[in-house]
Amino acid sequence: MKRKSRFGRFTHGDTVFRWITFLFAASILLILLLMTMEMVKESLPSLQLFGWDFVTSSEWDAVQEQFGSLPFLYGSVVSSILAILLATPLSVGTALFITDIAPSKVGSIVAALVELLAAIPSVIYGLWGILVMTPWLQQTVQPFLIDKFGFLPLFQGAPYGVSMMAAVFILMIMIIPIITSITKEVLLAVPVAQKEAAYALGATRWEMLRMALLPYARSGILGAVILGLGRAIGETMAVTMVIGNTPQISLSLLAPAYTMPSVIANEFAETTSKLHASALMEIGLILLFVTLLINVMARLLIWSVTRGSAGGKA
Amino acid sequence: MIRYLSMRSLKNGLMTLLMVAATLAVLTPLVIIFLHILKMGASSINLDFFTQIPKPTGETGGGMANGLMGSAIMIAMASCIGLPVGVLGAVYLTEYGGTRMSTVIRFSADVLAGIPSIITGMVAYTLLVVPMKNFSALAGAVSLALIMIPIVLRTTEEQLKMVPGTLREASLALGVPLWRTTLKVTLASARTGIVTGVLLAIARIAGETAPLLFTALGNQFWSRKLTEPMAAIPLQIFNFAISPYDDWHRLAWAGALVLVVIMFTLSLAARYFGRQSQAR
Repeated sequence: MKRKSRFGRFTHGDTVFRWITFLFAASILLILLLMTMEMVKESLPSLQLFGWDFVTSSEWDAVQEQFGSLPFLYGSVVSSILAILLATPLSVGTALFITDIAPSKVGSIVAALVELLAAIPSVIYGLWGILVMTPWLQQTVQPFLIDKFGFLPLFQGAPYGVSMMAAVFILMIMIIPIITSITKEVLLAVPVAQKEAAYALGATRWEMLRMALLPYARSGILGAVILGLGRAIGETMAVTMVIGNTPQISLSLLAPAYTMPSVIANEFAETTSKLHASALMEIGLILLFVTLLINVMARLLIWSVTRGSAGGKA
Repeated sequence: MIRYLSMRSLKNGLMTLLMVAATLAVLTPLVIIFLHILKMGASSINLDFFTQIPKPTGETGGGMANGLMGSAIMIAMASCIGLPVGVLGAVYLTEYGGTRMSTVIRFSADVLAGIPSIITGMVAYTLLVVPMKNFSALAGAVSLALIMIPIVLRTTEEQLKMVPGTLREASLALGVPLWRTTLKVTLASARTGIVTGVLLAIARIAGETAPLLFTALGNQFWSRKLTEPMAAIPLQIFNFAISPYDDWHRLAWAGALVLVVIMFTLSLAARYFGRQSQAR
C-alpha cells in the first residue's frame, strides 16, 4: 500500500535528497583520492628509474634526462624556514598588539589591514617583488651587505637582486598575515580568568602576557607558525618571480636559487620528454605529502587550544 | 622595592614598544605595496585597458580586455562546478552528518584546502589537457573549482550549523518533509552567510595564477571556444611582469590595480553580507 502525503504522491523525497547530498559530499573524498592516485601513477617512471637518487642528486638536466631534485628541496626548505624565522616574532608581536595593547578601535583597524594583506593575490606580490623590491635589493641593500659583511659566507657573490634573499623577504611579507590572524584567534580563545589572575597577583602587562597568556596559547601559536610554513612551501608565483630560478645549492643569500613549486611552474607546460614530466610530477608528489603532513600537524595543534575555549569563557 | 618595581615597569614599557615596532614593521610593506599599486596602476590605466587586447611587443598601448573576459568566464564556470558540490556537500555534513563518513569528508576538505594550488593545476593537466590534447579554458575552470570547493563547503557548513534546531523542528512539525525543510527553511535562513562564503571563494580564485599555468595557459588574443587556451588577468600580470618591456610592465600594474579593486569590492560585499547574517 502506498502512502500519500500533502506534497503529492512522491514520498521518497527525503531518501533521494539524502543520496544527492551524499554524492556531492563524497565527491570531495573521491577528488582527493583521484588526485593522489593520478600523481603517484604519473610519477612512477621517475620513481622507479631514480629511486632515492631523486632526492639526493643535484643534477637537473632535461637534455641528458638526469633528474635530481636536491637543489629544489634545498631552496624550498631554506627559503621557507628563514621566512618563518623572520615572520614569527613580527606576527606574534602584532597579534599581541591587536589583542592586548592597542585600544580596541586601533586594534580592529590593524586587524582589518592585516586581513587585506592576506587577500592580495600572490602574483601581485610577485609583481611588486620583481619590479620594485629586487631593484632596491640589487642597488642598495645587497651592495651594502657585501661591503660590510662580505667576509661572511652568507653574503658573498655579486648583487643580482633576484636571489634567495628576495624570496625570503617576499615569503615573509606573505605569511605574516596568516600567522598573525590565527595567533590572534588563539590569543582571544585564552580564558579571561587566566589574565585576571596574573593581574591580581600584581603582574605588569608584559609579565601577564609572558607568564599567563603566551604559555597558555603556545601550542596554538606553534600551529599557526606551522600553517604558515605550509603556505610558504607551497607558494608558487611570487617566489618564482624573484628567486632567480637557478638550480644550485649555495650558502650565500645573494645567490639565485630555485624551489619545488617554481620548477613545476616554469617547466611543466613545456616538458621535453615523458621522463621530464614524470620527474616534475614526483616533485609535485613530494610537495603534496610535505604540505599534507604540515597541515594535519598544524590543525591538531590549533584545535588543542581553541576547542577548550568554549568552556573557559564561563 | 621601588627600584625593583621600576625595573619591571621599564621592562613592560620596553616590550610594549617592541610590539608596537613589530606592528609598524608589518604594516609598512603593506602601505608601500598599496601605494605602488595605486600610483603605478592609476598612471597606466585608461579606457583602452578595458576594451583592447594586448599589443605585440614594441607597440605602445593595448589593454587586457581578453583577460578580463577570460577571468570572468572561467570564474563563472568554476562556480557552476564548485558551488553545488560545496553547498550540497555542506548540507550532507550538517543535516545528515554525524557518521564516520562525514568526519572523513570534513577531513578531506581540510586537506584539499591545504594543497598548494599549483598541484591542482598539475592534476587538471593530466586529467583534462593531456586527453583533450589541448590547453583549455575548461581545464582552467576545473582547477579553479578544485580550489573553490573546500572553501565553500566549510563556510556553508559553519552557517548551517548556526541555524537554530527549533526552526527546523517547527517546519517538520508542520508536516514539511525534511528535504523541503532543508531547502526552504535551513538553507534559506543561512542565505546571507552562504553568500559571504561564496564571495570570499570567488575573491580567492580570481587572483589564482599557478593552477592556470598548465590549464588555461593564457592567450594573446580573444578565445572563441572553451576548448581553446584562454587569457586571464593573473596570468597576464605574471607574463607581463617577467617580460623586459616597460610598456608591458605598465599593463601589469594596471591589471594589478584592477584585480585589487575587484578583490576589495568582493571582500567588502562579503563583510556587508556577513554583518547582515550576524544581525539576524
